[in-house]
Amino acid sequence: MIGTGKIKQYANVLDKPLGKGKQEVSLSAFAFLFSELVQYNQTQVDNISELETRLEDAGYAVGARVLELLCHRDKGNRRETRLLGILSFVHSTVWKVLFGKVADSLEKGTEHEDEYMISEKELLVNRFISIPKDMGTFHCGAFVAGIVKGVLENAGFPAVVTAHFVPVEGQQRPRTTILIKFAEKVLRREARLG
Amino acid sequence: MTSTACFIIVSRNDIPIYEAEVGSAAKREDAAQLHQFVLHAALDIVQDLAWTTSAMFLKAIDRFNDLVVSVYVTAGHTRFMLLHDSRNEDGIKSFFQEVHELYIKILLNPLYLPGSRITSSHFDTKVRALARKYL
Repeated sequence: MIGTGKIKQYANVLDKPLGKGKQEVSLSAFAFLFSELVQYNQTQVDNISELETRLEDAGYAVGARVLELLCHRDKGNRRETRLLGILSFVHSTVWKVLFGKVADSLEKGTEHEDEYMISEKELLVNRFISIPKDMGTFHCGAFVAGIVKGVLENAGFPAVVTAHFVPVEGQQRPRTTILIKFAEKVLRREARLG
Repeated sequence: MTSTACFIIVSRNDIPIYEAEVGSAAKREDAAQLHQFVLHAALDIVQDLAWTTSAMFLKAIDRFNDLVVSVYVTAGHTRFMLLHDSRNEDGIKSFFQEVHELYIKILLNPLYLPGSRITSSHFDTKVRALARKYL
């Protein structure tokens, strides 16, 4: 075969070093894969909320693994124990590794103490997706919401995470907001830790 | 040098997903159960301690007769617990770090359900080899 380098073959995946991995993955490959994922799930469910739940579960599995891997690789084995710590971890480190840039903004909700929002002008997963009119409130960002939920829940901060379209004046396409609502016990623990 | 050591990996939901007697001393049936009991009893202490520090290695957190319980908590709150009688803290820390890498590789398998038992025999072999090396 042309150009075969001498790559060391490992008998078992456990022997292979973790390493930095590939920094970049083809966007088109991901877009095709994601569209297949959505289409497959569409055939399996009866309504929109079930579809969103399935995408969220798929993202949850990713989030659980991303948390462990990134804490080991990028943060030198230090865990996050505070709310703001884990939120900025998601907002910068996780976003940078998954989408190549930090999220546009991280805001604290004004109405409720336990709500936080991560906003993005255009989610990478939505770039090649258009929602038909009769699927009104459906948002493929449910996958990303699932990733965030996976990271938060496995780190010990259970939360309800959802993705919403927020119309912005002066722009044709609405902005995407990931809304994070933390559980009671997270706030109680935060208050206790002072 | 004979040493008793019992190693357990406990998931986020307090379910043991891997256990191994890794000491070089002769194994007794009742001792194994006693070791596991002591480790489970130490879980409460770990839970409180885990939120006070951002380090992963929690050193020795509990004692039982002359045995010491050392714990290492990962980012996903999976606890590696070791019941041992040695005083070699650096060796234990290196052991935990190497097992952590192995655990991450197992976790990255998309077909592995996080929180389920680790059944890979290769993983078992490697953990025992690491235990002989560091403990």
